[in-house]
Amino acid sequence: MQTPSVKRSKRIVAAAVAVAAGIALAACSGGGGGGSSSGDLTATGPIDLWYSNNPAELEWGKQMVEAWNSANPDQKITAQEIPAGKSSEEVIGAAITAGNAPCLVLNTAPSAVGQFEKQGGLVNLSDFDDGASYIEERSGDLAKQYQNADGDYYQFPWKSNPVVIFYNKDLFAKAGLDPENPKLSTYDDFLVTSKTLVDSGVAPYAIQPAPTSEFFQMQFDFMPLYAAATGGTPLIEDGKATFADDAGDEVAQFWRDMYDQKLAGQEQYQGDAFADGQAAMAIVGPWAISVYDGVNFGSVPVPTPEATDPKDVWTFSDAKNIGLFSACKNKGTAWDVLKFATSQEQDGKFLETTGQMPLRQDLPTVYADYFAANPDYQAFGDQASRTVEVPGGPNTVQIMQAFRDAWGKSVIFGEGDVKQSLQDAADKIDQLASQP
Amino acid sequence: MTSAVDSPGAPAPARAGAPGPGSTAPASGPRAKRRLSHRIFGRQPLGLLFSSPYLVFVIAVFAFPIVYSVWISFHDFFFAAPGANPERPFVGLDNYINAFSNPAVIRSFGNVGIFLLINVPLTVVLSLLLASALNKVVHARTFLRVSFYVPYVTASVAVVAVWLFLFNGNGLVNTVLGPLAPDPSWLINENLAMPVIAIYVTWKQLGFYILLYLAALQNVPKELYESAATDGAGRIRQFFSVTVPGVRPATLLVLLVSTVTGANLFTEPYLLTGGGGPNGASASPVLLMYQLGIQQGQPDVASAIGVVLVIGVLIVAFIQNRLVGERD
Repeated sequence: MQTPSVKRSKRIVAAAVAVAAGIALAACSGGGGGGSSSGDLTATGPIDLWYSNNPAELEWGKQMVEAWNSANPDQKITAQEIPAGKSSEEVIGAAITAGNAPCLVLNTAPSAVGQFEKQGGLVNLSDFDDGASYIEERSGDLAKQYQNADGDYYQFPWKSNPVVIFYNKDLFAKAGLDPENPKLSTYDDFLVTSKTLVDSGVAPYAIQPAPTSEFFQMQFDFMPLYAAATGGTPLIEDGKATFADDAGDEVAQFWRDMYDQKLAGQEQYQGDAFADGQAAMAIVGPWAISVYDGVNFGSVPVPTPEATDPKDVWTFSDAKNIGLFSACKNKGTAWDVLKFATSQEQDGKFLETTGQMPLRQDLPTVYADYFAANPDYQAFGDQASRTVEVPGGPNTVQIMQAFRDAWGKSVIFGEGDVKQSLQDAADKIDQLASQP
Repeated sequence: MTSAVDSPGAPAPARAGAPGPGSTAPASGPRAKRRLSHRIFGRQPLGLLFSSPYLVFVIAVFAFPIVYSVWISFHDFFFAAPGANPERPFVGLDNYINAFSNPAVIRSFGNVGIFLLINVPLTVVLSLLLASALNKVVHARTFLRVSFYVPYVTASVAVVAVWLFLFNGNGLVNTVLGPLAPDPSWLINENLAMPVIAIYVTWKQLGFYILLYLAALQNVPKELYESAATDGAGRIRQFFSVTVPGVRPATLLVLLVSTVTGANLFTEPYLLTGGGGPNGASASPVLLMYQLGIQQGQPDVASAIGVVLVIGVLIVAFIQNRLVGERD
């Protein structure tokens, strides 16, 4: 028999659960998302903006905000670095759900845009009168990669970091290799050069792309080489995975050979293996030029199955774009700021300050003086016009994770058949790509 | 008639409880109201007032998220901006089927099972042994206690760096082992990654459990040890016949807490093995919940995993309570 106090306790617990359930269900009935919530696109007034915490980008961002604010005192920008979190995308996603996303984020990863759009967090830039035309005039054909399935722009193509191979000239020389003309253009050459580097003992590994399971790591091993091998084929075309073909198999087999022969490390390196001399090469974009200030390095395009003219080599873009978020009250001002920040003048300042490539067509000719004065960046300026982006849509991260899981197993850790593994991943990705 | 002649100071059960078999007339008037209020709020309504902040805390921080996540797990749900109104239809068990048809999810539950099998017994045995030893130490007692506690209060991110330095391919452990070092190395070896994590977590949490046992040891009467010694029991016999039964409530607590925290394993595979590697050999359910729910925008599937995990932990805790808990 239960005592009255036990009964009372049970009643209190039951009441607490009921209250919690009530609150939960009430919460469930509210909220929402999905689709665009563009609202009034002409409202003007103060806006807030987040930019990356990269020091060079911060320097450019602060001058841009200052320039805008001094010319537009009634439409001031309040800017800050993206709040700390595991990743910028998670912080932005949380802000969208909470309804406190800023008007503009100048560091929006294309892989996250599909989800943000599904959440109802982004404004369709094509809804602005000059939205699509401004984007396409600035970026040319490259802009189309950033459209959603309906041909709309929910992201502003801003800047890219075309991925190439950096190599340490001093380590190459120590290993008896020609540091000015390294043999890295084909898979065979790359393997032979890598073996020479490791066998000579100048570095534990020839190259060390992150072997971890994060979805985005495929952008720095498979994607650049697949883009180069196929002349710019995206991972998904017409809703179907493309990579389970001969070119994809060859790329995967190349990397598997690198791991099998211990020329690339299977274990995560704590720090920057290239900067620390633990790897003689790195696969990165121009953002790294200022980071590797203390390293005597050169750069070449990523390898291809057969020798290819560098002017024809494609790669992964490693782009970051600008999102205009639906929580913004003064969307008219936000759009004007976006255009101001991506004007020819500000793009030039961005290029000078950060060394990253504005996603602007004819970059080498528009900023010819800059590239003449900075020949290290010339190749990147040229490469910027031949870049491939991650697939769009709300399931991009799922798609990339499915690929990464297969890649980790068969390529990095050498389990099972590489070809079959890519085919299995492609089958799974076909399903994911067809899901809303 | 009810026992209406009770004085105001009469025992609470007579008034707060339901009327007995002899009850006849329905209560009415102020007395009935008082009885109703007693039935709802108890004899001391002020007590409820005092405990209400904690009740609110429990509802807001524990009950609400649990109920909400159960609701999410039965609906087609994704996080959305305020003002947008997506449809969130009831999908029955679809999210559960989706989650558990994914081999990675099944494997993660197996991984955490391996983790618990290593971590929980090791935690109980080591912390009890070390607490018993520390209880007898006279010199440098505080220093030793603090030494064991320091890893517990140190941020995992910082301590993980030390373990990476120890256990990576070119790390100290492999250097010492030389040709005996495993290949592939510890953290990229499918058979060793999870055991290394389990040992790491055991080491890191040990200080907290030692403190629990030290507190429990203070309540074991000295007379019991004296009686056992009089009866001829040696140190080992005393340990098993006096200490172990004497700290049984603490053992149950250690079992429950280490199981619950172990089932929530996230930081260590996230940092130590590069996101649950190699090949998902150290991925935990919570790590997958993070990947699915936060990174991949499938909080509904992640919630289904979470609900099953909670049920699993409750079952394990129930069994532990039955096996180790006091039966009197």
